[in-house]
Amino acid sequence: MGGQRAAVIGVGQTHHRARREDVSIAGLCREAIDRALADAGVGFDDIDAVVVGKAPDLFEGVMMPELYLAEALGAAGKPLLRVHTAGSVGGSTAIVAASLVQAGVHKRVLTVAFEKQSESNAMWALSVPVPFIMPVHAGAGGYFAPHVRSYIRRSGAPAHVGAIVAAKDRQNALRNPYAHLRNEGTTVESVLESQMLWDPIRYDETCPSSDGACALVIADEDTARAADSPAWIHATAMRSEPTTAAGRDQVNPAAGREAAAALWRDAGITDPLEEIDAAEIYVPFSWFEPMWLENLGFTAPGEGWKLTESGATALDGTLPVNASGGVLSSNPIGASGMLRFAEAALQVRGRAGEHQVDGCRRALGHAYGGGSQFFAMWVVGAEPI
Amino acid sequence: MRDVAVVGFAQRQMPVFDGSPTCVELLVPIIAEAYEQTGFTKVDIDFWCSGSSDYLAGRAFSFVAAVDAIGPTPPVAESHLEMDAAWALYEAWLKIQTGQADTALVYGFGKSSAGVLRRTLALQLDPYTMTPLWPDTVSLAALQARLGIDAGLWDEKAMAEVVQRSLTDAEKNEYAVRSGGSSVADLLARPVYADPLRKHDCAPVTDGAAAIVLAAGDRAREASDRPAWISGITHSVDALHLGSRDLTRSPSAARAGAGVDLDEVEVAELHAPFSHQELILRTELGLGSAVQVNPSGGPLAANTMFAGGLIRIGEAARRIWDGSAGVTLGHATAGPLLQQNLVCTLEVR
Amino acid sequence: MAETLQAPITVSFDYTRSTGPVLGAFLGGLRDRVVLGGRTSDGRVVVPPPEFDPATHEQVSELVPVAAEGEVVSWTWVPEPVAAQPLDRPFAWVLVRLDGADSTFLHALDVASADDVETGMRVRVRWADERAGAITDIACFEPSHAPPVEEVAQQPSRNQGAGGEPVTGVVTPVALDYTYAASPEESAFYRALADGRVVGQRCPVCRKVYVPPRGACPVDGVPTTEEVELPDTGTVTTFCIVNVPFLGQRIQPPYVSAYVLLDGADIAFLHLIQGIPADEVRMGLRVRAVWRPREEWSTTIENISHFEPTSEPDADYATIEGHL
Repeated sequence: MGGQRAAVIGVGQTHHRARREDVSIAGLCREAIDRALADAGVGFDDIDAVVVGKAPDLFEGVMMPELYLAEALGAAGKPLLRVHTAGSVGGSTAIVAASLVQAGVHKRVLTVAFEKQSESNAMWALSVPVPFIMPVHAGAGGYFAPHVRSYIRRSGAPAHVGAIVAAKDRQNALRNPYAHLRNEGTTVESVLESQMLWDPIRYDETCPSSDGACALVIADEDTARAADSPAWIHATAMRSEPTTAAGRDQVNPAAGREAAAALWRDAGITDPLEEIDAAEIYVPFSWFEPMWLENLGFTAPGEGWKLTESGATALDGTLPVNASGGVLSSNPIGASGMLRFAEAALQVRGRAGEHQVDGCRRALGHAYGGGSQFFAMWVVGAEPI
Repeated sequence: MRDVAVVGFAQRQMPVFDGSPTCVELLVPIIAEAYEQTGFTKVDIDFWCSGSSDYLAGRAFSFVAAVDAIGPTPPVAESHLEMDAAWALYEAWLKIQTGQADTALVYGFGKSSAGVLRRTLALQLDPYTMTPLWPDTVSLAALQARLGIDAGLWDEKAMAEVVQRSLTDAEKNEYAVRSGGSSVADLLARPVYADPLRKHDCAPVTDGAAAIVLAAGDRAREASDRPAWISGITHSVDALHLGSRDLTRSPSAARAGAGVDLDEVEVAELHAPFSHQELILRTELGLGSAVQVNPSGGPLAANTMFAGGLIRIGEAARRIWDGSAGVTLGHATAGPLLQQNLVCTLEVR
Repeated sequence: MAETLQAPITVSFDYTRSTGPVLGAFLGGLRDRVVLGGRTSDGRVVVPPPEFDPATHEQVSELVPVAAEGEVVSWTWVPEPVAAQPLDRPFAWVLVRLDGADSTFLHALDVASADDVETGMRVRVRWADERAGAITDIACFEPSHAPPVEEVAQQPSRNQGAGGEPVTGVVTPVALDYTYAASPEESAFYRALADGRVVGQRCPVCRKVYVPPRGACPVDGVPTTEEVELPDTGTVTTFCIVNVPFLGQRIQPPYVSAYVLLDGADIAFLHLIQGIPADEVRMGLRVRAVWRPREEWSTTIENISHFEPTSEPDADYATIEGHL
């Protein structure tokens, strides 16, 4: 735990959809912000600073959109920061916002992360050809599929484990009114029957492309103590490593392992599987659930799939993972990480509604980005640490 | 608040960088120079933070390859802002304030020559009502300059005096891409470029990169004989809507300035990419005539996008290090027409 | 003269923007030749209307028509327009205060020279012939000799048109041209490929061989230096089969995208595998480069058309395990 105590006192998110044609970019952000402010019981005038996060500007075709959005986001007249750490950005943004409070600089910080992917096409934006190199690149799925194959080979996991994750997260999403995908009747069998897109990743094992936003109000100790059920930030961690390096482990990246080790240490956790009640883990392709369970230290290397296969990560399991439906059910890229952090906060506040994990006192929010190289995570709890 | 100082600063600026848009090749020697100045090595740096822009580089995730310059194996605690690296310095300062780090290395880079900068920056405007018209940066600045001239707030001579002083001072700056004073009369005799601006009123298109090392308390004293202590750092933003802003002013600069003590400032490095904007900033920050402005030559001599603000803080720190000033100010701006502003005061202790 | 290898790239997309109600009404108004301002809580009429009130932060709800003419508040001259600006000949940018508005509005003014524009002059909107509900429905402004409009509500244009139906979306093409440069280390690699050679470089600190070479070894943060000529044979470490078509794709799916670890290199790179059914590609498969005809070679890795299997037995998993 670094610096002064901080807590999440307000959480808001949009209804995530493939195309939110009813709103502008500002309107999308405001839908999440207005909910977060209402949840926190504060107004724009109570906010000291605003921190914005989103993934590449090419997605919306606006360079540093926070500049034109400043007024709509209530940031005009205040300090405004814009974070971009690739797919982990939603998590990093929440951490930067938290640090404004932990540093003792501000009392109430509004943070919002968004992506309006329907303004362009994510596959295009992520695959703009680079001269001279081989144009084999095929979006995020094409990038991560070889690493999933490596994981399966290395761990000896049976082929249906990915489908277990996909079916679970899609079922969980049915309990989340904000979720993008609402695929009733998704089962392990139906996932296995879906089209193979980037072999070994199937269609139903793939995240959607969503329009959506998420906002948090993060406050200092005095403000949080006066608030209704704050989610206390116990620890945060960020680690980065190169996209490619000789001998870099791309299946179980060192940056994730080291971030998790620092996180557990700072949160006073020695046995995460025992001590964490719910985890919101950034799983854009189903196989990343067992991969990140190992990377985060919930299991030994090679054992993550066994935890998934046992049902422990289901809503009624010992470590519910992505009770919200996760990235597999809603994926506004820039906001996806913050949604993980926000859902963790909702769980410890007891405000997750139909996807509430009973008795959740301590939860993990996790995000990653780039070529599995940027990691951001936090632990929140119902009590201050 | 913890005591934090600027203890290292390195830069490269040039008209055209013959290398990759991620500027890794520039960052490698800059980081090495920062290590040399401080005696730190990679393992001494607790936190890394950078500022850059995908649209400047022309591709998504342009900052990702830049982290190679760190040699981030084993992994590092690192973050990135899609902003001028002056704001990355702010994030690093925050991180040190939380106690999660004692040292930080901040860098920014931009290869503006990869595209047509004044056109690229049209993407910073309102995407529904402005960008489709592709208003270029220089034209917007010209509209602002004329408003001030018509209002009697400044004139072309005052603007030329800013240029004359900047380009004269730039002769001593090895990283200036434009330098050489002449006379105010000679400057005013040159042709108008974007009426009422002349070319020399506009910062030159510049490629480059820069890095700053921050350290807290004893770590700072270890690294430097004369650390430039950060006595204040604040920033603020205004609404973008050009039509409802008083474009002859920059309220966010005034607000940022009000958050620090500017009374004792001897030297100010102001990030004014257009000559008249220096005049606006001096007014908003309340800098008197005794304050020396931009002894480095300032942005009219070299203005690397996304590092230019960080370089102002670095130049302000250098004035502390070389003993030429006891209190200095580094300022950074971002967005159209001084929309967003950061100030950082430095002092010797 | 550049020493690095350079090539032009264009980043181009037609963005599909949903407008929301406020901008939708404004843009819909333009289609119907009506300029709408937003009344903010301080009583001002602002054009274009802000989506949210600067003081109350509520969505702006009162939209009022202003005149399609007004007065120049500031101007500048554009001797050489850049691509996609409203006029392709020299023109003026103007900040115009439309009659009935309290703010200014940015657009182009069509006059022959800078001598024809001055602060305070009267100008009026020149509407585009074809209007789609976009800011470009105003083709530009032009000089006007009419007196100021006193009462905007009496403007006949207010009641014209198709009833002010808001638009819901607008398409905005964004095309930017860049010159991409490879790093010096990569340039050496691509130039060697033009001679049919694969050249890696060794990091002077960790001694690992990188192909392509790197401006900064990602472990040591220094450029790779010592050249190492590599064979065009190697091992598939891992791969995926791309079955999904997408915008901008240059290879027809399905195809196998694989990490190939060249013999003697310490890092794998991505390329295509052909000459074998996709479902028979496997980790550890030994492969060899298939080069395009020499006359097609240039400074690109595409000189290697693809990799195909050799007749060797698969490499032992232990040899690729450390490269996954």
